[in-house]
Order: sequence, then C-alpha cells, then structure tokens
Amino acid sequence: MEALIRLDGVEKVFDVRKRTGLLRRERRQVRAVDGISFEVPRGEMVGYIGPNGAGKSTTIKMLTGILTPSGGRVRVAGIDPARERTRLAHRIGVVFGQRTTLWWDLPLKDSYALMRRMYRIPQARYAANLERCVELLELEKLLDVPVRQLSLGQRMRGDIAAALLHDPEVLYLDEPTIGLDVVSKAKVRAFLRDMNAESGTTVLLTTHDLQDIEQLCERVMVIDHGRLVYDGPLSGLHSAGGSERTLVVDLERGLPPLDVPGARVVKVEGPRQWLAFPAESSAAPLVAAVAAKYPLLDLSVREPDIEDVIARMYAGGGG
Amino acid sequence: MAGGDAVRLYAAVAAGGFRRYATYGTATAAGVFTNTVFGFIVAYTYIALWDERPHLGGYDQAQALTFVWISQSLLAAGALIGGGFQEEMQERIRTGDIAVDLYRPADLQLWWLAADLGRAAFQLLARGVPPTIAGALWFDLALPADPLRWVLFLVSVWLGLVVGFALRYLVGLCAFWLLDGSGVNMMSLLVSMFCSGVLLPLNVFPGAFGEVVRMLPWSSMLQVPIDVLLGEGSGAGGAGAALAFQAAWAVLLLAAGRVLQAAATRKVVVQGG
Amino acid sequence: MWVRSTLAYRASFALALVGSALTSALDFVGIYIMFTHIDALGGFSLPEVALLYGTAGAALGLADLLLGNTDRVGARIRDGSLDTMLVRPVPVFAQVAADRFALRRLGRVLQGAAVTAWGAAHVDVAWTADKVLLLPLTVLAGTAIFAAVFLAGAAFQFVAGDAAEVQNSFTYGGATMLQYPPSVFGREMVRGVVFVVPLAFVNWLPALYLLGRPQPFGLPWWTAFLSPFVALLVLAPAAVAWRAGLRSYRSTGS
Repeated sequence: MEALIRLDGVEKVFDVRKRTGLLRRERRQVRAVDGISFEVPRGEMVGYIGPNGAGKSTTIKMLTGILTPSGGRVRVAGIDPARERTRLAHRIGVVFGQRTTLWWDLPLKDSYALMRRMYRIPQARYAANLERCVELLELEKLLDVPVRQLSLGQRMRGDIAAALLHDPEVLYLDEPTIGLDVVSKAKVRAFLRDMNAESGTTVLLTTHDLQDIEQLCERVMVIDHGRLVYDGPLSGLHSAGGSERTLVVDLERGLPPLDVPGARVVKVEGPRQWLAFPAESSAAPLVAAVAAKYPLLDLSVREPDIEDVIARMYAGGGG
Repeated sequence: MAGGDAVRLYAAVAAGGFRRYATYGTATAAGVFTNTVFGFIVAYTYIALWDERPHLGGYDQAQALTFVWISQSLLAAGALIGGGFQEEMQERIRTGDIAVDLYRPADLQLWWLAADLGRAAFQLLARGVPPTIAGALWFDLALPADPLRWVLFLVSVWLGLVVGFALRYLVGLCAFWLLDGSGVNMMSLLVSMFCSGVLLPLNVFPGAFGEVVRMLPWSSMLQVPIDVLLGEGSGAGGAGAALAFQAAWAVLLLAAGRVLQAAATRKVVVQGG
Repeated sequence: MWVRSTLAYRASFALALVGSALTSALDFVGIYIMFTHIDALGGFSLPEVALLYGTAGAALGLADLLLGNTDRVGARIRDGSLDTMLVRPVPVFAQVAADRFALRRLGRVLQGAAVTAWGAAHVDVAWTADKVLLLPLTVLAGTAIFAAVFLAGAAFQFVAGDAAEVQNSFTYGGATMLQYPPSVFGREMVRGVVFVVPLAFVNWLPALYLLGRPQPFGLPWWTAFLSPFVALLVLAPAAVAWRAGLRSYRSTGS
C-alpha cells in the first residue's frame, strides 16, 4: 500500500532560554523529536501515544506544517508540509482537542460556511459532507447555537465536522476525547470508526486514553523523549511492557487479601481490594472465581494508563 | 471573622493583586515606554499652550508640565484610560461564577477593593516612577522638595484610587441587570477621561462648566492629587480640604456600592444565580 | 464574517459605533477647550488644527479598522490559536486581520472625516484641483503608513509577545502628535517623524502644503506629494519583518 505519511529521521531541536539570574540567561538545546522514522499507509488509523512532553504535539505540528523540522524529511501526500503549508492544508484536517478552530461567537453553521469559503469547497460537495456529518455527529439541533454555548463534547463533535468538510485525505486528531464524558467519547469513537471504514480517511490520533486506541486503532506508535520506542499492534504493547489491568472489588465486608489464581492483590482498603492481572488475559474467569468464593457487591476493571505501560516497558527492558 | 484575621485576609488579597501584575515584565516595560512617549507629545503641546497664555488655569509652565508627567504616571494605577477589575467582575457575573464569590465568608466589595489596590500599588511603582523621572530629566518640573507634600500627595492618590474603585464597582455591578456591559463601561470611561483631568487639567475648563466638573467625584482621581502635590489651593489647609473632599466622595460612593450590591445579591438569591 | 456577528447585536453595535466616535472626539473637545483660551496654537488657527486632527484621525481609524486586530498576535501565540490559523489554506496575516473584525472602529473614521470636512471648509485656502485631490490621497497614504506600523508591531510580537502596547506609541501616540502643528514640537522630535519613522508623511507635509506653509528642514514643496511612495517604502520592510517573524515562530515553536 502507498505510504501517505512518511517521516525519515525527523528531528526538532528547540533553543530553551532559562533565566538564571537577573540578567544572565542560560541557553540550552532540547531535542523534542530526536530522529523519528515511520510510514502510515493510506486508509490506516494509527494511535500515537506517549507521556506529556514526549514530542507528540511537536510531531503533529511538523506534519501539518506549523513547525519546520530541524532535520530529516517529512512528506504528507507527497508534499513537504513546511514548504507548502497552504497547499497541504486543502488535503488535511486537524482537530486540536484543547482548542477549537470554530469561531467562538458565531453559530456553528456560520463557522461551517466560513470553512467552505476558506477551503473553496464546491457547494454540492459541501452540502453532502455537511449533511453526512450533521447526521452522524447529531449536530442538527446545535447548528444555530453559538460555539461558546456548546458543551465540550458538542464542541468537539462540531470541530470534527469542521475538519472533514473539505474531504481531507489525512485527519490528525490531537486528544479528541480529552475532558469528554463517557457518552460523548463513545459517540466520537463510533463516528471515527464509521468514517474510516466508509471514506478510507487516514487517521493519526494522539491520546492519553488507551481505550481510544483499543477501540479505533490496529496499530500504535509510542514516543518517549523524542524517540519512537514502540511501533506495532496494541496487544504487542501490553506484552512488551508486561502491563497489568486492575480488578477493583467491593466486598460486603473487610476481608484478608483474596486468594484467586491468575491475580495478585496490590492494595486493600476496608472492604475494597485491588487485584492486578495480565492485560492480555480476559477478566471473565477471574471475575467468576472471585464471585464464587467471596461475598461480592460490585466490581470494575481499570485499564493500565499510558504512563504505566511505558514505565513498565522500560523496567522490563522492552524499550 | 475577627478583626485581625480580616486585615490579614485582605492584605493577602492585595498582595495577590500586586504579584499578579508583577509577572508581566515585558508588558509593564511596554506600558512605561508608551506613557513616556505620550508624556513627551502632550508636554510639547502644553508648552505651546502656556507660551500663548502664561498662567492659564493658575499654573505656570513648570506646573503644567508637572501635571502632564504625573498624570502619565497615574494613568495605569488609576485605570483612567481603561483596565482595572470591572470587566473581570462582569465576566464572573455573566457566567454566574459571582455566586461563588457571594457565598465566600468575605465581603465582595472589600475583596475586589483589596485586589484592585494591590494592582494599583504595583502600577504606581512600576509604571508611575519611570515616566516621572524621564520627564524630570528632560523638562523643568515643579516637583516639591518638602517630604510632607509628597506624603500628602500619596494619601491623596490613595483616596483617588478608592474613589475610582468605588465608581467602577458601581459600573461593574450594572452587569447584574444588563446583558452586555460594554456600553456602560465605555460611557463610564469617557466620563472618567473627561472629568478626571486626563484630557486637560480641569482648571483650564471654562466658566461655570469648569466649576461643576471640579466638584464631581472624578476630579478626585487625578486633578486633586496633582493639585495637592503642586500645592495649589493654598498650603496645608488647602490640602486638608482637598483630602476631605476626596474622602467624602469615597465614603459616599462605597456606600452606594453596598446598597447596589445588596440589591444585586437579592436578585441572585431570587433567581438562583 | 465578524461583520455579521457584530451586526446581529444591532443596538449594542450602534452604541459601540457612537462610543468609538465619541472616544476619538474627546481629543478634539480638548483642543476646542484649548482654543477657548487662545487664537492660535504654534501659529495655527482652530480650523487649521482641525484639518491636521481630522486627517490623522481618519488615517489611523482606517488602518485600525483593517489591521487593529494585529495587537492580538502575542495573545494568539500564547493561547495556541495561531496554530489553528497555520493549518488553514489562507495566509495567516489575512486571518489575523479579519478575525474579530470590528466595524465599530468605523466610528473613529467617520468622526475624523467630519472634522476634516469642517476644517477644510473653514481654513483660508484657495481649493485648487491639486489641493482638492491631495486631501483624500493624504488620508489613503496615511492609512498605508499606519498600516505598516501595525504590521511591524505584529511582527515585533513574535519576538516579545507581551510588548503589544509599544505599537500604541507609534499608532495612537503618532496620531496624537500629528493632530498638532509641527511647530509645537522640538526640532529633534519633528526630525524623527520625518526621517526615521516617517509619520510626518501621514498628514503634516501634505497639510503644510495645503495651508501654504513651508516644509520643515527646507524640504521642497513637492515632498507633500511623496506620501504614497513613502507608504510603499515602509510597507515593504514591514511585510518582510512579518514574514521573518512567522518563519522564526515556525522554526522555534512555542
């Protein structure tokens, strides 16, 4: 398959000036991205994860042409983003989870009309795309509402629609589910899945929420300290890091640490106990075993978070 | 709340206001630069004016120039051409966050007053002192040598800041009744620029019109402090009368603020915020 | 875009328009009060000063209408909204200028034009064709010169994001200075705005010619007609500075 996004040894070095005295300043170089290479074929949905400050956003900014790389080569749809930023803009869509590209004081539909002019989208195509987005993202009741009055989840759906009106070949999503409630997250994920299946839009997704990746991406890339430390399927990430999920058990009363095969108790707090078990194994037999032996009130499964997984990768020598 | 605790609380709020503005170093330097440039421009026009009419409004040329530079130095502290707290307060009223403030075990008016005085203290130092020095180096100013006059001046500036706060607090509270506060803010700013002496010294305003403007509270914010510094209004007695004039307006306007605040609080309680 | 959203609040827009006109009119009230005590300031009569005041105000007002938003570039870098502009297929500068386009700023333009008209009607000038033509040309060239200052100020914010207020010295400060006759100011100050930051070409030199007065520093009379060329001369480096600022932002990031 054709590689739509291609990075070869891409670097980004920042000069950081730190005030060390009243007038003295120390200059220091920070390698935010330190020689990253990868390819994303057309139509793939890839998760791009890593701890804060690992270089995720810097990579996205180089892929969109906001930042010029200090070294290496970037190609998106055959275009060098830094040199032909505005030409590339017609072919990509970007959603920044933490800030909106919509106009704060305008009703949603006016923002879309502006997008149409800005991207010079033919009327027929615009109408069709808008209709589809409005239907799938359930925006019809929100079209007349000024953006500032939208909830975070509504605004995010509005932003995703805005990024798709001009039929981009690549969609970058920077933390698209950050701060959203469970229902909104589910809506956003379902839409992205359908969109990828239907129109074959290539998606690069950065997130802190491993569930985004689990539900959307076959492939995940992990970046830490500016380097790519993992590139492969999500299941492989868990076994590479030997990561564990946690079963939180609420019992009828306080008991000594539970004894069930395949899990170990990591914490006890009154009637609540935390049991760790390997991330790749199913929770079902474990739940059955606990329920059979002990007076159970409630339980929940917690996914490992990204920081944990990456920390374990290093601890286990996986990096 | 015990008296000592209250004093400590509001002192902490004021210190917070001071520090908040102290973090904007570049912006402060940019403001000083702008005040100084304007100082030069206005100073030359006043020189031309006083050349034409020596002793206009009872000032000689050095006094007129002192007026220019001291007013440039007080603009930021007194929020005389914009700035200050009331837009932030209106935003809190609009979003309903003000309800949180009202249920705090602290007085709303004193809270904002302390924060605004903290801000003003920073801007008096950082944005006030450098333009005055620049002006004194370049022009012949009538700055007094008597330390007592400077003390009286600072008291008068402080009273002027309180009067300015009290006026803007009334304007800010209007947001409880008006959807869009920008119209009132603009009118308030216009009146303040015209009636405080920012535009021209009030003693240059002609006839009965000038008499009226000089009796209004806005004169407390700029004209009165500068006259106290220049020793206009004949000696300590004159200064005493000036300070009493300011204090009377401060008390009256703060009291009006409390009445309006009580009405606003009732409205919040009735409408549930 | 913003025109529509501001017009939506019609009453509030009318108020803002009037307010904008009143705020700039206040300066003229100040000048008027000065003239209740004097007949001439720096040798200029009230209608003559009105001509200076009106042309400076209209030129600044037009430039502010078009590019006044550029003082928010520093804030946009801080809140990241400059990045969202960089991923769109439209030049960033056009987006910065058009976003939050505030039609209420028309108030200053209208007020400046009105005072210009009043001044022009009352000055003692034989309005020959060249003088009649020079007046609108002056305002347009003045707009372009102030636009260059706004542009340079926007570029400066890539270096010092918090220093947006410095440009006020040159825009509002400059316009305030140009409201008064050059004879009022120190020689060095006049020299500065003729040869360094050529604000004198916004209205001083053309107005001196209109009023039949000599140009400063023995400059020939035809320098009054140079404003459009001076505008191009300052717009070019300002545009280069903006491009350089944007390029450095994209290579250093935030």
